[in-house]
Amino acid sequence: MTPDLLIALPLLVPLFTLAVCGVLIRSPRAQLAVSLAGSVLLLTAAIALFCATYDGTVVSTQFGSWHAPFGITFVADLLSAAMVLITGIMAVTVSLYIIVSTEGANGSSSRFHPLYHGLLLGVTGAFLTGDIFTLYICFEVMLISSFGLLVIENTSEQLDGGVKYVTLNLVATALLLMSVGFLYGLTGTLNMADLSRTILTVSNQGLVVTLSVLFLIAFGTKAAAFPLFFWLPAAYPAASIPVMTIFAALLTKVGVYALLRVLTLIFSDQLHVLGPFIGVIAAFTMVTGVLGAASHFDTRRILSFHIISQIGYMLIGLAIATPLAIAGSILYIIHHIVVKANLFLISGAIQQAGGSFDLKALGGLKRREPLLAALFLIPAMSLAGVPPLSGFWAKFVLIQATVQDGAFIIAAIALMVGLLTLYSMVKIWNEAFWKAPPDAARSAGVIGHRIPVSRRWGTLLPMVSLAAITLSIGFFPEPFLGYSVRAAEQLLNPNAYTNAVLGDTTFTALPEIEERMR
Amino acid sequence: MELFFAPACGVLLAAAVYLLLSHNLMRIVLGLLLLSNGVNLSLYVAGRMGRVIPPILQEGQAASTAMANPLPQALILTAIVISFALMLFTAVLFERAYRALATLDTNSMREVEPVASTGSRREAA
Repeated sequence: MTPDLLIALPLLVPLFTLAVCGVLIRSPRAQLAVSLAGSVLLLTAAIALFCATYDGTVVSTQFGSWHAPFGITFVADLLSAAMVLITGIMAVTVSLYIIVSTEGANGSSSRFHPLYHGLLLGVTGAFLTGDIFTLYICFEVMLISSFGLLVIENTSEQLDGGVKYVTLNLVATALLLMSVGFLYGLTGTLNMADLSRTILTVSNQGLVVTLSVLFLIAFGTKAAAFPLFFWLPAAYPAASIPVMTIFAALLTKVGVYALLRVLTLIFSDQLHVLGPFIGVIAAFTMVTGVLGAASHFDTRRILSFHIISQIGYMLIGLAIATPLAIAGSILYIIHHIVVKANLFLISGAIQQAGGSFDLKALGGLKRREPLLAALFLIPAMSLAGVPPLSGFWAKFVLIQATVQDGAFIIAAIALMVGLLTLYSMVKIWNEAFWKAPPDAARSAGVIGHRIPVSRRWGTLLPMVSLAAITLSIGFFPEPFLGYSVRAAEQLLNPNAYTNAVLGDTTFTALPEIEERMR
Repeated sequence: MELFFAPACGVLLAAAVYLLLSHNLMRIVLGLLLLSNGVNLSLYVAGRMGRVIPPILQEGQAASTAMANPLPQALILTAIVISFALMLFTAVLFERAYRALATLDTNSMREVEPVASTGSRREAA
């Protein structure tokens, strides 16, 4: 396959699936089939891209065939390809879950599929773009789809969460757009590879530091970092289970990816100034998230707060900014997407089996759903970082990097937060699975509420496959860690990236325009 | 020109922030509107302004600094279209929220995050 097609396919597949799903809105069964086929095709395209970039080559293409700093660039390096691959895996998993968990199709699910593929389009676009304005566009595509998905059932709870989610996210994108505009005003280019070179020639480097902070705030809000995370616990618990799963897996991680990309490629000189600052943000994000989770008794809220807490771990990599630390962050993102999506699917299954999300109303599920209990333990223990599961290796690499760098406080906080995460997970285990069902539930007849036998294996299949990924990262960490280290080295030495986009010759904007921008 | 437009951006953004800090959904939606317009204007100013001629090249003619920079305008056009769609969605969402929750005050919109002392409203009902 030509490199153009390799990069274009992960964008074109969701785009066409979106269109076809939109046309088929009145025939839900056909729509469901198209949606699943689209997800599988996306995964296939992602695997092809992953194989093409696996040896470290950076693939790039110019949409519209204009030369690099002028055309719309899309680039895939090791990090982008891995993120697109994991997006494909999540797309297939959630599509499968939707097919098996809904009986036939109801009203809201026919609106779900077009928006769902719109979300995937925005996410893959954000991972692959090499142009900072296109990054903003992809964020908007992702955002508008997520707005629709969040309020899809129109309950008062969803509308309430939607108001807060929409408002805070719109402010963040406005800030992102402003930062993009100022970056253009300062450098005269929007191409990220070109930016990484021209940013060095800006005479007023103080303004560049200011801009990097603006980007940190804008992407930090998207990533739900402290103190900008308030939209997340206000919105996620209201969404339906498949929506919550795909949000938890992808949305905040796009923010973290954008931070990784922009801070290592464009603002690499400013990273050592921002490092300690990001370290403080990371520490507060970890602590506030886990404390929020500890205070709640609703599985959806506990898991939502744990997303925030885990974002803190991913930011540690940027705070330390050594190759090992960035590799730890990348490994953490990959591990977290799989584990978190699985936990949200399981919380949906707990609700199906026990009739509630509230831990106080649940109980006795270990006896009634032993398989579900075992499936819960794998991602839960992995989230807490119990060896030998995937979370252990991700945390191990990060903490090793912090200790090597002498940042013992962050290492200590990370370990303590891991302990508190274990507390939250044990709380869910004790309350939902282990304790006897409460009398109120027994008398209300909720006890008979369980996953129908005919659908049990179908419902559990996506969870089993995600748990299998967690276990394989846990038992064979070497290939995943090696890949993360290579991806981190590529991020910190952006020459391969810029050469792939711009060619070896320095080909900058017209001298006239350059002159005017000064 | 920049000297005139830069304070205008500032005023728009300040007004937007003031409105966004309100508890009233109507004021918030107006704040978002002003915010997106202020940002669009700042994008325009960031692309430099001045007395310039349209950037339309005849065959064989070279580009010159007297010509306007078309890129910021293309960016703003995209941003305007996006913000228009988002504003429509936001207005409809806020209207639906007002109908469902019977309030415009964000402080009393606590369906997802119920106040701890009173317990979940849903369970009480």
